[in-house]
Amino acid sequence: MVVILAVLGTAFWVWRNGWWPYLRDEYITSTDHKRIGIMYIVLALLMLVRGFADAIMMRLQQSLAIGASQGYLPPEHYNQIFSAHGTIMIFFVAMPFVIGFMNFVVPLQLGVRDVAFPTMNNVSFWLTASGALLVNLSLFIGEFSRTGWLGFPPLSEKAFSPGVGVDYYLVALQISGVGTVLTAVNFVTTILKIRAPGMSYLRMPVFCWTSLASNLLILAAFPVLTVSLALLMLDRYLDFHFFTNDGGGNSMLYMNLIWVWGHPEVYILILPAFGIYSEVAATFSGKPLFGYRSMVFATLAICIISFMVWLHHFFTMGAGADINAVFGIASMIIGIPTGVKIYNWLFTMYGGRVRFTVPMYYLIGFMLTFVIGGLTGVLLAIPPVDFIVHNSLFLVAHFHQVIIGGVVFAIMAGYTYWFPKAFGFTLDERLGKAIFWCWFIGFHLAFMPLYVLGFWGATRRMQHIPDPTWAPWLNVALVGAVIIGVGIVLTVVQLLYSIKTRDQRMDVTGDPWDGRTLEWLTLSPPPHYNFAVLPDVHGEEAYWTRKQTAIKQDALIKEPDYKPIEMPLGTPVGVICAFFASVCGFAIIWHIWWLAILGLIGSFAVFVWYAWQDEHEHIIPVEEVRANARERRRIRMEHLHTLSQST
Amino acid sequence: MSENENNLLDVAPGAPHSNILSETIAYVIGLALALILTGVSFWVASTGVLWGPGVAAGLVVLAIAQMGVHLVFFLHITSGPDNTNNVLALAFGVLIVFLVMIGTIWIMSHMNANMMPGPEMTNLQMQH
Repeated sequence: MVVILAVLGTAFWVWRNGWWPYLRDEYITSTDHKRIGIMYIVLALLMLVRGFADAIMMRLQQSLAIGASQGYLPPEHYNQIFSAHGTIMIFFVAMPFVIGFMNFVVPLQLGVRDVAFPTMNNVSFWLTASGALLVNLSLFIGEFSRTGWLGFPPLSEKAFSPGVGVDYYLVALQISGVGTVLTAVNFVTTILKIRAPGMSYLRMPVFCWTSLASNLLILAAFPVLTVSLALLMLDRYLDFHFFTNDGGGNSMLYMNLIWVWGHPEVYILILPAFGIYSEVAATFSGKPLFGYRSMVFATLAICIISFMVWLHHFFTMGAGADINAVFGIASMIIGIPTGVKIYNWLFTMYGGRVRFTVPMYYLIGFMLTFVIGGLTGVLLAIPPVDFIVHNSLFLVAHFHQVIIGGVVFAIMAGYTYWFPKAFGFTLDERLGKAIFWCWFIGFHLAFMPLYVLGFWGATRRMQHIPDPTWAPWLNVALVGAVIIGVGIVLTVVQLLYSIKTRDQRMDVTGDPWDGRTLEWLTLSPPPHYNFAVLPDVHGEEAYWTRKQTAIKQDALIKEPDYKPIEMPLGTPVGVICAFFASVCGFAIIWHIWWLAILGLIGSFAVFVWYAWQDEHEHIIPVEEVRANARERRRIRMEHLHTLSQST
Repeated sequence: MSENENNLLDVAPGAPHSNILSETIAYVIGLALALILTGVSFWVASTGVLWGPGVAAGLVVLAIAQMGVHLVFFLHITSGPDNTNNVLALAFGVLIVFLVMIGTIWIMSHMNANMMPGPEMTNLQMQH
């Protein structure tokens, strides 16, 4: 009820202020990759708050329910909370964040105007949002899954989970999964086919490389997830027996398939994070990335090897010694390219003129945290050790260490780094550092105790703690979670404060960090078409070379011949399609078959309607392009002139 | 045969065609080959022409040929220089499929050998 009021209230407020047409034309129906990227990141931030609320409830329960006390959450409620936490944090926080950054940054770094399929990009976003909507709807109507973030059968089968929880989980992931795969198609095509003139593969910024690898992994792995979930749906809806113990099914096949997807998934998240760190390291050390080619090869090696390690998620479930040995060794080998990357970042900083800005804090914090997380990972990759600590809080501590220390720190670094490019002013530095310390200290307080408890035999997902001697460690973990919570609150404060005082930190030059890649060539925020003429790329670090030449000669390159630019029109296809997809999904969850068929027909009809449209593009007149570009040149010239005076 | 007609047919099966007639012909050839391979598979399986245990091997060969026909005639994979991306993507896909398939078969055979529950376990859902 409160949420409905809040949603209606926000909607009314937006309408009242006359922002609705702007929101509709510039965001909701936009095919502009930058706007879509921003929407992904807003969705991810909102879901982060939801996922964190689940986290703090779990920590509180584990601190309260010790010994005789049962805490405040009954088991069936607690089980829903940890399932929702995992599902939301991976699928609706980490994924949209990473995809949002790829959307915003990749076309700019490649020096082009948009992705290969702009309308499809809009559809991808809204399908992801539709999945998020369904997961959150389960709070109010029905219940959420109690079977963990991967819904293992036989527990997730109809016989043991008769409610709608697992159905919410399955349908939401299927819908958002379609969106994710479409995104991958879009970005693989964009990176392979659409690059600025002269931008050969080995001149692409590392973030583009890691995005390419990540999208190839999505393309290869997500269909496996779709199939495994579809088979489970057949079991639940049509009485099939793929994963039941009777009727010839085999629930182990589900573990196998879901981890065939699940392991590449963690690399889908971490590779773009590595890309962000690479950009940050080079920019704020003031020198080119150390070992660019080894970085590219390490990325591609991870991309392939990530498909050869999935069994390490179920070492203890019955595979023989030789299989465990092979997959254990493969899991250790994948640490090597990751280690190469860590050394590359260190050597990038070595001898550089390092500026300790917020993104740099996150980079250093990441290297300290992630290496420990990687080492506990290598420990877990040894099957005999895994037999001792599997399914314990040790494992929980390990994967939070690599995901928070790796992915979340990268997200926060990227958010601070690219914010001025998106909105034309930088975020407040002091608050940014406070947020970093909250995450850094909070993380260590919250998860280091779990390693200890894991060694003592505390299993994961416990609603009640039987051993009172664990209490101090759990209380420390609770304090850590609260500190992270302060960091999240401060993030909101920082955003509001930075908007309010934006006049002090306007980015007029378009290049606030003295950047090296092409996104800093254009205005902040960039015009819809990004670049008036596609930049000519000579060598690695396209923008840096250009900037240095201009500073040396104290002149920009000759004014090019401007041409009118054709850009895609906005389209309501995505939001309408996602509306019908949500209706269809909701109907499937509640077994309302007529409505499900209606939803399917609706979402299909939108595409047919779109296909019959004749006009998908509009032309930006050459006068407008020229005027904007001249203004841009004037500002850049002034900026570069001051730079060349100072050197 | 005039030079024009000669050009018409002198195109690799997967490469783009300059006119709709030769494109249609390429698709028809592809369809015919696919149908022939399908027909032969059924025929091999239902007669005794091949030595019994060899039938499976024969079907595998026919299936691979079928994939080749689909890739060349319908998905336009060629060895031309502008096709490197498609060929590499195909290679990546094939590699991943083989890793996943062989790994899964290997893992599941182990699980079946080590973890096959007794009759009292298989009946779990019935007791429920």
